[in-house]
Amino acid sequence: MTLAAERVDEVRDLVRGATGRLLPRGGGSKPALSTPPHDDVVTVDVSGLRGIVAYDPAELTFIAQAGTPIAELDAALAEHGQHLPFDPPLAPAGATLGGVVAAATSGPGALRSGGVRDFVIGVRFVDGAGRLVSGGGRVVKNAAGFDLPKLMVGSRGRLGVMVELSMKVFPRPRASATLEIAAGDLRAAVGVAAALSAGPWELDALELAPDGRLLARLAGDPEPMEARIARLVPALPGGATARRLPASEAEALWRATADAAWVPDGMRLLRAACTPAAVAPLWDAVAAAGGDARFGRAGSVAWIAWPAAAPLNALDAALDDLGLAATALTGPPLPEVLGAVRGGAFAQRIRAALDPDRRFLD
Amino acid sequence: MAVSARAPAGSEAILGDLRALGLGERLLTAPAELAVFASDALTAFHQRPMAVVLAETQDEVVGVVRACHRRGVPFVARGSGTSLSGGSLPLEGGVLIALNRLNRVRRVDPQARLAVVEPGVVNLDVSRAVAPYGLHYAPDPSSQSVCTIGGNVAFNSGGAHCLRHGMTANHVLGMRVVLPDGEVVELGGESLEPVGPDWTGMFCGSEGLFGIALELTVRLVPIPEAVHTALAVYDSLETAGDAVSRIVASGLLPVALEIMDRLAIEAAEASVKPGYPPGEALLIVELEGGRENVDADAVRLAGLLRDSGATHVHTTEDPAERALIWKGRKAAFSAVGWLAPDYVVQDGVVPRTHLGEALAEIERLAAAAGLRVANVFHAGDGNLHPLILFDGREAGALERAEALAGEILRLCIRLGGSITGEHGVGVEKRAHLPEMFGPEDMALMHRLRDAVDPDRLANRGKMLAVGDGWS
Repeated sequence: MTLAAERVDEVRDLVRGATGRLLPRGGGSKPALSTPPHDDVVTVDVSGLRGIVAYDPAELTFIAQAGTPIAELDAALAEHGQHLPFDPPLAPAGATLGGVVAAATSGPGALRSGGVRDFVIGVRFVDGAGRLVSGGGRVVKNAAGFDLPKLMVGSRGRLGVMVELSMKVFPRPRASATLEIAAGDLRAAVGVAAALSAGPWELDALELAPDGRLLARLAGDPEPMEARIARLVPALPGGATARRLPASEAEALWRATADAAWVPDGMRLLRAACTPAAVAPLWDAVAAAGGDARFGRAGSVAWIAWPAAAPLNALDAALDDLGLAATALTGPPLPEVLGAVRGGAFAQRIRAALDPDRRFLD
Repeated sequence: MAVSARAPAGSEAILGDLRALGLGERLLTAPAELAVFASDALTAFHQRPMAVVLAETQDEVVGVVRACHRRGVPFVARGSGTSLSGGSLPLEGGVLIALNRLNRVRRVDPQARLAVVEPGVVNLDVSRAVAPYGLHYAPDPSSQSVCTIGGNVAFNSGGAHCLRHGMTANHVLGMRVVLPDGEVVELGGESLEPVGPDWTGMFCGSEGLFGIALELTVRLVPIPEAVHTALAVYDSLETAGDAVSRIVASGLLPVALEIMDRLAIEAAEASVKPGYPPGEALLIVELEGGRENVDADAVRLAGLLRDSGATHVHTTEDPAERALIWKGRKAAFSAVGWLAPDYVVQDGVVPRTHLGEALAEIERLAAAAGLRVANVFHAGDGNLHPLILFDGREAGALERAEALAGEILRLCIRLGGSITGEHGVGVEKRAHLPEMFGPEDMALMHRLRDAVDPDRLANRGKMLAVGDGWS
């Protein structure tokens, strides 16, 4: 069953009146997180909680309702030469601001500027007891009270129903350039990524593909761009070659990256925490199952395409060995996070305080 | 001013338990030894603990926390005691756990650009330890040469370079924590990307109420290739504030945008003598990054400053000169000691477009209270640090200064800001937290705290008032 809420008080009433379990849903761009795992779970559709509440470009912050589509926000910010620099993924599929926070999905631009956890500064949400509460605020620097905005990042609708978020934004760079770098193989690509990360290049984005190709984006002012590229290319580690992509091709590639358009039919998309050292072993596990992957943020996040028919046990075990975790974004819902679950008693206690009657999923 | 605690629940019992941990001379109970720990940097408050433990290992910290929990004795963790909000003020009848000796950098991974450190490591020592790899730890509170990472995490410390780099919480990836009942949990990990709720982010800035971080994984960033620092002088605070708005609106993103007013400049000159040009207001702008970017940004910045009404502009890329500029800025709090016997420093935040309005109102409030206020602030973030000068020997002077501080915090709330940008609520601003958050929000904070620490043993009396919501 799906119940829609278009106002904050409707969300509150819905939670208060619930008899079973609830699962919030925004744009539905990540069905593994917004599809009820059982028939008796009620979907709370918050896509009607939509719109920008406050946006003063001179402040470099905005407040928007949680169900506001990313595409709508991006257009409003672009008018003033600003953006959420972490390229919130799955925008064309209808991703909403609340969904991006709940799923902790950050796109390629997170490399330079930080991800969604670094840009959320305030939240209002309805907790499991139907109380409308808030944390953080609308200023960029704030140490007052517990950091509830960060707690909501990755909370997957399990700790509350977000109704409003405050975000900081950055100026949108006036120019960008993209290099496709061929390193030979994935291990060599990890080496190239490490070398680039240690240098003075200030890459805006750096993504790795299993065949050893890297996609590197430079962004900033147009004036120094040619000089930056002219210095970077000869400094690439031996054996790696670079090709500058035409602007239109580059734009299409970045959009396909942020929107996971590369995921083959018949596979589901998962997002895993990663580290540069874990890229190769994680890829081994994915390749063994016949899947595909892209490694974002210079190897800090893995976007995994896993064959729908293949069991997830092998991925679960590989992640656990590496001390990493993953969630599914598309395909059927998973009962829990794969791999190494963190938080222990701290997580249980915070959860109990926010959702004493267990109205949300575990 | 003394802060009361519950009467110690059988101090002999807890002291016996602590002795049994084999701490030897690192268990302090003599009054003269305890007196050293009675205050942190908020010296108006002091409270002598029942005992101080100079912990050397994580296991010892866990042992002390478990003993305290077993006996129902409150405990406070302390690093270097630089909290400006009274965050590490001990409790009479409580145990103070000093973490300075837990100061090992356990591991540096240059490829993953992270370090695993103990909580007693001094902020600047992290950067020193990773400098050979061309890396540094970005958060830079003014006290960074003495303050510890554990305290930075507990209070989500900021610094002058937050504008680009963010606060402490943006740089902590994972941690091992002992909860207030002695249970040890792992939060986060080594990845920059959280999966599942961001428990690490939630623990940062929790002011010790959720327990003690035993080990922290922090991210490191490359030391910038080029750094360009500009000093611009203005004939009023307002024009300096307008220059900040102009720079932010231009799309330029400096790493730091700082303003000092005439009193603060005078104080800095009287103490560390940074050689600032004289004026009513001084703006410090810093750009960092790759050579080409910094050179291009410096040209744009020069144009912006020229058009902003600056009476004098000076730029430098000399590391020694830059160090002196920042020494003057970071010493500003202690330097006002040259202007008045005592001061109260506040840490309010306003939306940055309201900076001019806030400064004018602070000036009006100060004049009405008959007090001098020196202003030093992170203008780019809207984070104000009004330093209220007074003479504690004058009857009622402290009370007048505190009343003015309260007025300034209420002003920040009214303008849509916060009562603290980086110092935390601590003991000092607990009364103001319910002015910023509604009753439901406050009730939730108490519920969260009580869920993690039902006995309210961990850093009791900080952030959440003892009487407030106390059943």
